[in-house]
Amino acid sequence: MSLIRYFILLLTLLVILVVSIAGLRGCKTKRPPIEIFPDMVRQPKVKAQVPSGFFADGRGSREPVAGTVPVGYSEPVKPSAASSNGAVMSGPYEVVIFSGKEGYADTGKNGTNWGNGLPFNATMATLERGRERYQIQCAVCHGDTGAGNGIATKYGLVGVANLHQQRLREMTDGEIYNTIANGKNTMLGYGSVIQVPDRWAIVAYVRALQRSQNATINDVPAAERAALQGTNAASTPAQP
Amino acid sequence: MSNFFPRWANWLPLQLLVCGLIVGAPITLGVWYYFTPKYTRVGYQPDQPVPFSHALHVKQLGMDCRYCHSFVEVAGHSNLPSTQTCINCHGEGKILSNSPRLAPVRESWKTGQPIPWVQIHRLPDYAYFNHAVHVNRGVSCYSCHGAVNEMSVVYEAESLSMKWCLDCHRSPENFLRPPSEIFNMDWHPSSAAEQRELGTRFKEEWKVNPPVNCGGCHR
Repeated sequence: MSLIRYFILLLTLLVILVVSIAGLRGCKTKRPPIEIFPDMVRQPKVKAQVPSGFFADGRGSREPVAGTVPVGYSEPVKPSAASSNGAVMSGPYEVVIFSGKEGYADTGKNGTNWGNGLPFNATMATLERGRERYQIQCAVCHGDTGAGNGIATKYGLVGVANLHQQRLREMTDGEIYNTIANGKNTMLGYGSVIQVPDRWAIVAYVRALQRSQNATINDVPAAERAALQGTNAASTPAQP
Repeated sequence: MSNFFPRWANWLPLQLLVCGLIVGAPITLGVWYYFTPKYTRVGYQPDQPVPFSHALHVKQLGMDCRYCHSFVEVAGHSNLPSTQTCINCHGEGKILSNSPRLAPVRESWKTGQPIPWVQIHRLPDYAYFNHAVHVNRGVSCYSCHGAVNEMSVVYEAESLSMKWCLDCHRSPENFLRPPSEIFNMDWHPSSAAEQRELGTRFKEEWKVNPPVNCGGCHR
């Protein structure tokens, strides 16, 4: 009987030992996950952004060859006149050809001069898309309204442009596009993370922001005007 | 003829059985508890070359996931940001541009060699997974990666086991969320019933029909 007792004692100690070494489920650990059944779990193939011993510099992802066009490179199509009734801004171009980084849609330039207008008809959806992209990529520095007061400026980033200054209100669409794509002054280019149609959508949204900050009561649809003036009068706080 | 077996041998089968149970039960329990990604994967929290805090950048500064993981909506792979993304704010003369903790970022920017981030979430190479198709159809970052916005150091929050995948593929209505809240890590349904109701609606509206056959993922 005492043999069994020793046996159980030993087993208990063993369990305690295992638990104290291996820990419990979900414990934070720096130890890479054990792969218990490693059959073909790791295959000698290159996946995105992983190292590879095949190349001298150890990088699996290679630098693109000059002139490479990325996969999924989309070309916005100018909607037909009938479907573009929601357009708030229209481009002067009948057909959009993304020209391997030479035409207006890719460079913002006609020949050597900055162009104006979007290379496709902007609809409400374009503006919504522009707002979304603006808030993801631009608002961090330029702020939600474009006043140049994004969160990064509170942490010491200086020289962020206020998008409502006269110079930027008068800047051509093509030059704004180029600034998004290639950067300007201390701003690095965002062309590598914002796709071409989205850059134009952001241009459209920036125009909307600029307009909103300089709007007069006459820009408000007549039906809304009375309500707005009513609330304005009622809610305007007394100036100290 | 005398008895071939001594008298105590009568108890031997029972004793063997009891010992077998006493030894077998902890082994079975141990394998059940430890031989699963719930133990082997969950909680993996390696040191990164740069102590980047998601809690600071997402929770405190309010940055969107897609500022850095910029192609998650259009690519199968959710990209790590290039060094330039860090340099946008932490470049020379910008925020914390002399911090020793950002030295690997500056080094990478100078040499063009990538920062050797340590991958945490790794599916087996025989499982196909596409980020874009999930985030575009109502599966939030949160569902698979946990509350990354509250992690100072990222760790693996979910097991990523096959059973775990199938839990959602079989009943996506328990997880789908409004398209506007995919990247909002703080959005949570107020109740399981609300989740079920929303999820069922989205499942129908978007015709979400996740594959549960082998070839869906092991293609």
